[in-house]
Amino acid sequence: MAGLSLQNLQKTYGKVEVIKGVNLEIEHGEFVVFVGPSGCGKSTLLRMIAGLEDITGGELSIGGQVVNAMQPRDRGVAMVFQSYALYPHMTVYDNVGFGLRIKKTPKDERDAKIREAARILQMEHLLDRKPAQLSGGQRQRVAIGRAIVRQPEVFLFDEPLSNLDASLRMDMRMEISKLHQDLGATMIYVTHDQVEAMTLADKIVVLNAGVVQQVGSPLELYNRPANLFVAGFIGSPKMNFIAVQVDEIKPGMVTVSGPDIRAVSIPVVTDGLTVGTALTLGTRPHQMLTADQGAITATVMLVEHLGNETIVSLRLPSGKAIVAGLDGDFPVAVGDTLHLTPEANKAVLFDEDGRSLPIKS
Amino acid sequence: MAAVTSPNQRLKISLKYLLLILVALVFVFPIVFMVVSSFKPDLQLLRDTSSFAAFLPVGDISLDNYFAAFRRAPVGLFVFNSIFVTTLTVLGSLFLCSMAAFAFVFLEFRGKEIVLSIIIATLIVPFETIAVPMLMVVNSLPWIGGSGITWGWLNTYHVQIVPFLADALTIFLFVQFFRDLPKELIEAARLDGASWFQIYSMVIVPIAGPVFATAAILKFLAMYNQYLWPLMVTQSEQFRPVMVGLQYFFQLNTAWGEVMAYLSMITLPVLAFYLFLQRAFITSIASTGIKG
Repeated sequence: MAGLSLQNLQKTYGKVEVIKGVNLEIEHGEFVVFVGPSGCGKSTLLRMIAGLEDITGGELSIGGQVVNAMQPRDRGVAMVFQSYALYPHMTVYDNVGFGLRIKKTPKDERDAKIREAARILQMEHLLDRKPAQLSGGQRQRVAIGRAIVRQPEVFLFDEPLSNLDASLRMDMRMEISKLHQDLGATMIYVTHDQVEAMTLADKIVVLNAGVVQQVGSPLELYNRPANLFVAGFIGSPKMNFIAVQVDEIKPGMVTVSGPDIRAVSIPVVTDGLTVGTALTLGTRPHQMLTADQGAITATVMLVEHLGNETIVSLRLPSGKAIVAGLDGDFPVAVGDTLHLTPEANKAVLFDEDGRSLPIKS
Repeated sequence: MAAVTSPNQRLKISLKYLLLILVALVFVFPIVFMVVSSFKPDLQLLRDTSSFAAFLPVGDISLDNYFAAFRRAPVGLFVFNSIFVTTLTVLGSLFLCSMAAFAFVFLEFRGKEIVLSIIIATLIVPFETIAVPMLMVVNSLPWIGGSGITWGWLNTYHVQIVPFLADALTIFLFVQFFRDLPKELIEAARLDGASWFQIYSMVIVPIAGPVFATAAILKFLAMYNQYLWPLMVTQSEQFRPVMVGLQYFFQLNTAWGEVMAYLSMITLPVLAFYLFLQRAFITSIASTGIKG
């Protein structure tokens, strides 16, 4: 059983604090995705788990054992790199079997493991080739094969699909997901692509500036973001934010309005709220309904027809832009005026510090 | 190469080739002169220098100068000494300097940037300035050999080898090459369980062929052409290399034909070695921008 426990994990380079006290529990067999913008520390955190970066402070346990001072090879982890990191002078067979050769695994056993990995990844026909003779997708497969043969307790993926084209990325995403189901191993996956995060993860860890913003299932993060950062980062197109203030408070319900929006009632826990409190209303583009008496009136600036849906960029009276996701056949043109209403039970209110208000349970 | 279409283009290419041939001849002529002259008696050799015949194997051609050279000096021994000393130094230097560069680039240790800077800085110190202090050092060092512990290294092979096993230029060449390698290769090997030496020998060395060839050729030339140091540290003929042997031919009356014969013979190993590693050497020079 190889769960992971990160206790107040810190990393500094000189005086620059890159990872600021991360606490995280990862269960055995979980698929966890670290996601965040460039420079948020997600790759550094992964490399700290791999043992490629020293841990400045805190404690990292794998399978119940503290591994802070342990060499990468002794941690029972295997890593797939963004650049694949295949040994250019070795064949695919030798690349996949390198770790076993180092471990002095008997030749027959080694051969069987390499061929089994090749079978799983459907690359038996590539075993005699050198990396230079492979396509990007094939190289990535070899890199994954190299990880599989070592039978690690934890797989680490560092943006493994970012060098692939869109369609190949989708295929590989499905393969990685299937691999996780087949092997049942713990997997930690770093990406800045929130679609990858949403589709692959059992659990997403959103990081920003070295701080964990929220940990949860993809739908938890989508529906109940903990703060403005998570709300803006998860979901595509991004969540719309509209400035509002409290007009009326009833038990479990608050009515808000603002320069760009007429009164709407949102079900939240109202503790601590007073009439006049400034808040931010968050509503997803696909959770806005068109209605003749809609709370929001906005002018269409741009229309993107995607077939199954139409993405409309709109300008509010204050000049702020918002985005709405409408049906693919919704009749709309640039210059039109639309009336929209956020779905009240899916909208999120954020306080002045950017934290979301809890919903009424 | 693109197809030549217009006469104008053809003229341009012809002129380019003419220029290249002229430049090549400037470098080839001295070698042709040396080889051709080695077959001529002194009188004819000196007479021919006033005409183009100096570059042509015409007149009284024979191998007499070669026989005379062998009579005058132990040419075979000198060539053996040079090849022996050079080969061991090149091999040792490739091993030690590449390992040092590996440590400077891939390992983390306190003060490595300062140590590397100091090593690189020694590139600008001419050998002549440290020759005498170095002589005093090697003259007071012990050596364990067949006859037990001896003091002072003079008149040996190892005095010509050990001081040159590590040098700044070779380390610098390897450092530059290693710095351009993707760091993920090393990290992947670490995760695969390889030790630092396994990473060096199984991952880095096999892909560093071009820089090994470059370093080998530069070191070979430097060692093979050594004159001052072997002259200082070898009094006995037994350990002297080819360049020191040249002085045997500059007596009261210099025998130019024999000099040319001797030079032709001692040039052969260098040419053979260069041709052997030529392709890798040119690839490396082209990719690193290091001058040969």
